[in-house]
Amino acid sequence: MKPQTRASMPRTRLLLITGALLLCAGAVVARAAYMQLVTEEFYQSRGNERFLREVTIATTRGMITDRNGEALALSSPVESIVVNPQVLLTDTRNIPKLARVLEMPVDELTRRLAQKHDKQFMYVRRHMNPDDAKAVLDLAIPGVRSEREFRRFYPHREVMAHVVGFTNLDEHGVEGMELAFDQWLTGEPGNQKVILDRDRRIVENVDLIRPARNGKDLTLSIDRRIQYLAYSELKKSIKDNDARAGTAVVIEVKTGEVLAMVNYPSYNPNSRLAISPSLRRNAAVTDVLEPGSTMKPFTVAAALEDGIDPNMLIPTGPGKYYVAGRPISDTHDYGPVDMRRLLVKSSNIAAAKLAAMMTSGHMYDVLDRFGFGERTQSGFPGESAAVLSAPNKWGPVEKATISYGYGLSVTPLQLAQAYAALANGGVMVDTTFVKGGSTGRHKAIDPAISSQVLHMLEAVTETGGTATRAAIKGYRVAGKTGTSRRAVAGGYEKRYISVFAGVVPVDNPRFAMVVVVHEPSNGSYYGGLVSAPVFHNVMDGALRLMDVPPDNIEQWYASTPAAAPALATDSADEQPPDDGVMP
Amino acid sequence: MTPRLFILAALVLAVLLSAVNVAYARHSHRQAYIELSRLQKARDAFNIEFRRLQTEQATVSETNRIVGIATEKLGMHFPLENETMVVQP
Repeated sequence: MKPQTRASMPRTRLLLITGALLLCAGAVVARAAYMQLVTEEFYQSRGNERFLREVTIATTRGMITDRNGEALALSSPVESIVVNPQVLLTDTRNIPKLARVLEMPVDELTRRLAQKHDKQFMYVRRHMNPDDAKAVLDLAIPGVRSEREFRRFYPHREVMAHVVGFTNLDEHGVEGMELAFDQWLTGEPGNQKVILDRDRRIVENVDLIRPARNGKDLTLSIDRRIQYLAYSELKKSIKDNDARAGTAVVIEVKTGEVLAMVNYPSYNPNSRLAISPSLRRNAAVTDVLEPGSTMKPFTVAAALEDGIDPNMLIPTGPGKYYVAGRPISDTHDYGPVDMRRLLVKSSNIAAAKLAAMMTSGHMYDVLDRFGFGERTQSGFPGESAAVLSAPNKWGPVEKATISYGYGLSVTPLQLAQAYAALANGGVMVDTTFVKGGSTGRHKAIDPAISSQVLHMLEAVTETGGTATRAAIKGYRVAGKTGTSRRAVAGGYEKRYISVFAGVVPVDNPRFAMVVVVHEPSNGSYYGGLVSAPVFHNVMDGALRLMDVPPDNIEQWYASTPAAAPALATDSADEQPPDDGVMP
Repeated sequence: MTPRLFILAALVLAVLLSAVNVAYARHSHRQAYIELSRLQKARDAFNIEFRRLQTEQATVSETNRIVGIATEKLGMHFPLENETMVVQP
């Protein structure tokens, strides 16, 4: 028994050990199979997380150009220095070195690093010149790298600031067209999968998830040259007249495109300093004013549409007229006037009497068709809604005051748009800031009426009118001056707004322009003396720049060719102009 | 050599050839990819350079500057009314 037992003992042991080993092997294989087959995805994704990253593909913001393709806003490459505070703080000797090359106080950098000591990403300085950034990278400090970013650059600075607007540090529009077309300009950043090494550098692109779509360029309707001319002339006028501010808008009559829109004072959009909100505002679309006498052509147009005879004489003597006990006065006694003389002399009384002959509903309807009382279709951010109360709220006094431009408010852009409609055969084309971007048109008034009013307005710039300074040699100019007082709570201030709105050339109108000068304060404040010269200078240049043929060649021939420098002989200097300032 | 053996040999050969081909394709993919990345980098660099030049051009063609040079350096001015002649067609 004993030997048998001896012999069988090792055999049993062997079997036991083999069995145990097989069990172990089986367990290992089973575990391996489980990991490989059942939970493979989980481990694979955990593995990929270590080195695969989804990164965004940056897009470049589109360029903004003027109507001739000149750059108004473009993104230029800059470098931003980024540090990994966790890495940088391991060797504190590097911090003073970094601070020195960045020309930054050491304690400031230390403080900022301390705040983010547990983070892996911190901007130290953004938007550096690429050459300066290279000097930083050349130090090869661990944890310091640079990221390419783009910075918006506005070559025309103050001149274009209000229209183009500007972006913030992250290249998103904050004001103006940059804001209105932010999405169009930004494009869509893409996504790609990449393999990164431990310093987060890209080793290989694995997969493109979504391709980046770069921002598109935007072509504005603005003409850089006219814009510049308008800005410099406006600025000059404001300096000469000691005025507080001013606005000028030029619209291409047939297309509704804004060719120029300037405000003074302006600001430099390249500056990173905080720009005060009052400077940032594009007054041409955000600030409302009472149009004053520049409203009268629309009163006349409404009267003509109502079938009132343009040659009918309206008595205005003795220069004072009472509506419901409230006096309306003219600066002179003009006697009986017809519609032309109403506009040329800018008689408030005649305008009020015309209004009295119409129903409020009709007058409102005409003004409404000319776009008064509502926003334009321009889509400019922050545009103010002008105020024109409903006709059932008009009493006789309101109706009279509206007829000569008080008791309602408009933005300079709306006024320019209304004049453009008058010039465009009574067809109102929606204003736009984008080249060829007008969205619609509608009839404001019969072409016969608009042309009649336009020809009456021509007399305003001829000898004896209120705006002889707006006349341009060789061209027939139609326009209207206006001088209004600033409305403040409870009445009007003794501060003036000089307005001129005009159209040129009358034969085949191309441009409508509105000039507004706020608070001219060294003597003259009449629209004909302050704003009309700006109109003359800008339009004179614009007509030449846009190759508009003169429509009044006879006048050119009539003047002696060899005359001494014909400095516009202004009859306005001799006679006191008056454009119906409200008393 | 039996036909069976022949087929086997042919298959083995085909497998070998295909293996070499796969390796080659993978290699040329890598080469092409490297080339692509290089060209993309070059394109980006050119784009950046283009943007820089655009900025420079915009700065140089700024109206204020042109007016300054024209009036001060070159003594130019806008034609006055008596310096303009109307030519009728």
